[in-house]
Amino acid sequence: MIQEALFFSAVLFTIGVAGVLIRRNAIIIFMCVELMLNAVNLSFVALARLHGTPGHVYVIIVMTVAAAEAAVGLAIIIAAFRHFRSVDLKNINLLKG
Amino acid sequence: MLLQTAVSATAAAHPLVGTLASYVWLVPLLPLLGFVINGVASLFPAYIAGPTDPSQDAEAGHMHPGDAGYGHPPVAPFYARLSTVVGPLVVALSFLLTLGILAAWLAASPAAPYIQTYGAWMPAGDMRIDWAFQVDQLAITMMLVITGIGTLIHIFSIGYMRGDPGYSRYFAYLNLFIFFMLVLVLGASYPVMFVGWEGVGLCSYLLISFWYSDEVNANAGKKAFIMNRVGDFGFLVAMFLMFANFGALDFAGVDAAVLSAGQGSAVITVICLFLFLGCAGKSAQMPLYLWLPDAMAGPTPVSALIHAATMVTAGVYLVARSSMLFALAPAASLLVALIGALTAFLAATVGLKQWDIKKVLAYSTISQLGYMFVAVGVGAYTAGVFHLVTHAFFKALLFLGAGSVIWALHAAYHHTHREDDAQDMRNMGALRHRMRWTWVLMWVATLAIAGIPFFSGFFSKDQVLESVAARALGSPIAEVSLLGLPGSGVLWFIYALSLASAFLTAVYMTRLMIYTFHGPSRVGAAEEPQVREAPWVMTLPLLVLGVLSAFGGWLNLPELFPMGRLHVLDAWLEPVVGAARDRLSGVDIHLSHNTELALVAAAVAAAVLGMLVAKVFVKPEVLVPKAQAARSRGFGGVLERAYSVDQGVDRVLIRPTVTFSRKLLWRGLDNGLIDGLLVNGSAVVARGFAWAGSRVQSGNVGSYAWIFVAGALVVLGVLTFR
Repeated sequence: MIQEALFFSAVLFTIGVAGVLIRRNAIIIFMCVELMLNAVNLSFVALARLHGTPGHVYVIIVMTVAAAEAAVGLAIIIAAFRHFRSVDLKNINLLKG
Repeated sequence: MLLQTAVSATAAAHPLVGTLASYVWLVPLLPLLGFVINGVASLFPAYIAGPTDPSQDAEAGHMHPGDAGYGHPPVAPFYARLSTVVGPLVVALSFLLTLGILAAWLAASPAAPYIQTYGAWMPAGDMRIDWAFQVDQLAITMMLVITGIGTLIHIFSIGYMRGDPGYSRYFAYLNLFIFFMLVLVLGASYPVMFVGWEGVGLCSYLLISFWYSDEVNANAGKKAFIMNRVGDFGFLVAMFLMFANFGALDFAGVDAAVLSAGQGSAVITVICLFLFLGCAGKSAQMPLYLWLPDAMAGPTPVSALIHAATMVTAGVYLVARSSMLFALAPAASLLVALIGALTAFLAATVGLKQWDIKKVLAYSTISQLGYMFVAVGVGAYTAGVFHLVTHAFFKALLFLGAGSVIWALHAAYHHTHREDDAQDMRNMGALRHRMRWTWVLMWVATLAIAGIPFFSGFFSKDQVLESVAARALGSPIAEVSLLGLPGSGVLWFIYALSLASAFLTAVYMTRLMIYTFHGPSRVGAAEEPQVREAPWVMTLPLLVLGVLSAFGGWLNLPELFPMGRLHVLDAWLEPVVGAARDRLSGVDIHLSHNTELALVAAAVAAAVLGMLVAKVFVKPEVLVPKAQAARSRGFGGVLERAYSVDQGVDRVLIRPTVTFSRKLLWRGLDNGLIDGLLVNGSAVVARGFAWAGSRVQSGNVGSYAWIFVAGALVVLGVLTFR
């Protein structure tokens, strides 16, 4: 049971990472980040069955942070879109050294 | 006093304790005090520029007849007047104290030197070097010469340096010189002597380049300083060897140690040769004599005091002081005498064709110093010191007389706004009508240096020549061989060179007198009436030196001339150098009366013949002033250019060194390797890394994410698989 849950979590996480690395659209990258967070949540919940309640607590914390992050992240994306008329990360490289 | 409480227990038993001699520390301290006072005074302007101030440039400072204040000297404020009093006074007080010490010594006549210790200087392991002064017959003799002649030259300087903007600075340096010179002769060990040795070198440098705004003077000072460094290296190595082999550096300790080392030991010979390298630098002997003619760039009283009477004789003093070392190394002694004789002869030939009056005297000084080294080389230490003393008298007189002449000519040129060489004899002539005192007194000195009977130089030079002949006739030093040559042959060669130098000395000195004071005047019609005798403050020291030059021979009369007490100096210095002399001369070697007479006759004949030759061949009538003079040709030109040794050294040593330093050391090593490769190279490497690092920062969040994930995978991999 636990193996399947962890395997599913790993698959989800890898899909998230791959999305962040490969895609250029800020919205999709943002969704992939959410996907990674939820993959971690899944492994927390699965492991909490074995080791007790603290895992559940962390899930709540992560969901809170994800909500806050969604607010801030979407705000940034909207601001960036207003500035660049695009949400393609290729065009957003003002920090170039 | 503070210092006296530190006097060591060994000296407490000495008969001189409690007499005036226990104040010997005051003798060098007084000039040091003068240095401090004059040094402070020199921080204030010495002269308010007056109408005839030489520091003003030719046009701006000059006034013309009829202007208000014309001809008045510049105004001396308080500080210049302070230097006028303090400068000579401290040296005069030192002289009086030295006289007191002499009297105390004569009254007590102690058997051992009086050593006064003030504290430990270098107490390191086995080595113990004290700040200590040693009073003995040799030291007292040198102190009398230094402070006595020093006082006269300080007084002369009041007149000579009057109106100079660096008046107080001049007296400060001169006082400092007297201090170091006294430390040199009073030091009880080689290191303390070395302090004085270096100090007088410093003062010599400061005074040669006294008028430092002229590049020639600054370069002459540098040249003297650098050449002396070569000699000082020898002195230092000699001290290291002494300590390594004998474990002592004080005179008494070294003397005791070398006696056990034995005659002719290689170590002692090497030490003596290194010591002599030091002497050759300080006393301008071959091959390190080149600095002395250039040293004439300094004020003339400085030439008289430092570069004729005292500092340059320090080498002779060092050999006399180390007489026991040299006596145990007869081959080294013989080499000293040979180099002295060669120097004496070659410098005398160069003196024949110099036109600068001070250059003649400079080469004459080198030549006479050669004589002194001949004397101390053959073990006639008293004769060397005797010639040192009489030479101090007549050469100081000659230099100060030349200073008077230069001063008078300079004043005359100044009056008529002429820019010309006031030191060139081609611009002189017939000065005897205008400068009676200087003329008469310089003739006295000339007769003395030429060796005309009954003047001081006659006795001392004769004693030198006689000692050489006596050694050649049979003595331990004649037994040794130098580079395979038999000692007696070398000694006869030395004698012949010395006699030839005596002849040449008479020639060039008579030539100098004829060109300067006799014949037609080449001074110039406008300047001629302006030439006048220097003020009394300058002629009075000349007069005193004239008396000393005339009668200085009475210090040490030989049996041949019983005109007073015989062998005063011989008997006086016997305790210091007697034992060493006997090792080189053999005991009880006495020349027969006839031989002595013949030697004296030869010396007198050389002197008289030299003066006659000069009288016949020197033709002031055909001489033209410097500005119109043609370049000398032939051998005369070679002599005038001093065998072009300076140019040769320049080409062989100096220019290759400069080229090597510039091309390889500066451009190649410093600019190329150190600056280029190491300093700038490391900067280039750092910049390369920075460039590579900056490429990574693309500003592209996507590539950052790639790197981030790769890093995380690496960390994860390491944690998993280690």
